[in-house]
Amino acid sequence: MNAGVLISAFLAATIEVIEMVAIVVAVGVARSWRASLAGAAAGLVVLAVLIAALGTALRGVPLQPIRLVVGALLLAFGSQWLRKGILRVARDGWAVGVGEEDVEEAAARGFDWAGFVLSFKGVSLEGVEVAVIVVALGAAADAIGSATLGAAASVVVVGAVGLATYRLVARIPRRALQLFVGAMLTTFGTFWAGEGLGVHWPADELALVWLGIAYAAAALALVRVVSHWRRAIAPPPVAADRVAAGADA
Amino acid sequence: MTAWRWLRAVVAFCVDFVVGDDWTVAAVIAVALLGTWGLVEAGVAAWWLLPLAVLGATVLGLRRAVLRERG
Repeated sequence: MNAGVLISAFLAATIEVIEMVAIVVAVGVARSWRASLAGAAAGLVVLAVLIAALGTALRGVPLQPIRLVVGALLLAFGSQWLRKGILRVARDGWAVGVGEEDVEEAAARGFDWAGFVLSFKGVSLEGVEVAVIVVALGAAADAIGSATLGAAASVVVVGAVGLATYRLVARIPRRALQLFVGAMLTTFGTFWAGEGLGVHWPADELALVWLGIAYAAAALALVRVVSHWRRAIAPPPVAADRVAAGADA
Repeated sequence: MTAWRWLRAVVAFCVDFVVGDDWTVAAVIAVALLGTWGLVEAGVAAWWLLPLAVLGATVLGLRRAVLRERG
């Protein structure tokens, strides 16, 4: 057992696993647990097949194109959710929709394929990255077993945290949830698409934090802006029309 | 016939997933991705372009949505 490799693999994998679990929990709470878990399971199956087929050759898998495709798709979908979340919170307020409705009408009808795809992409991309970390660290120190154990421990620990916290997340009103999940998906999408294109982010992986804060802050500001636009564009109230008509007469 | 229906459903799903109800946002993101790639290739710092484009497209999309609501 190589303790150094084990701890390094645990820490390096934890960053990727947090991203993976965050997407699965967010999609599960906001859309459909069935679709989210099915997507995660499908992602793990694809990952297992890749690992079985490629083994240590995983080090040669080009991650940049995968990051670009997954990032661009998440960015497109996440920005739609962000926009809809802002519109709905500005219209209905923050407290509407506690456990009483689906965020997306489509998710209420039949199987939620969008939720499935989101979860599948998150798990398969991050899973490949974890596998690459295991192979890279393990092969370099000739300690694949220790690296695998470190990454597996990371999945167990972060997965347990995700399980422990999903009930808290479920208490967030659906309107607010859509806004924040949209901001989160947009954050991951921006980061991965940028990584895929070779962008050097200020603060590297911590860019996920500042991007998330920036998008969430912008969304909060835009809720107020949209409320202002609605008031400014709103047609005059009927009562005011009558008063004006009376004055004219 | 079933295969054709299935194919149409898959294409419709993909379009809805990527484009949604406002194609201009997806278009802005596509242009921003191309621009980011261009900046990276030119050796210029490109990290600012995607977030800025996403926020810009969101603001424009929100404005259009509010105007649509009011007819």
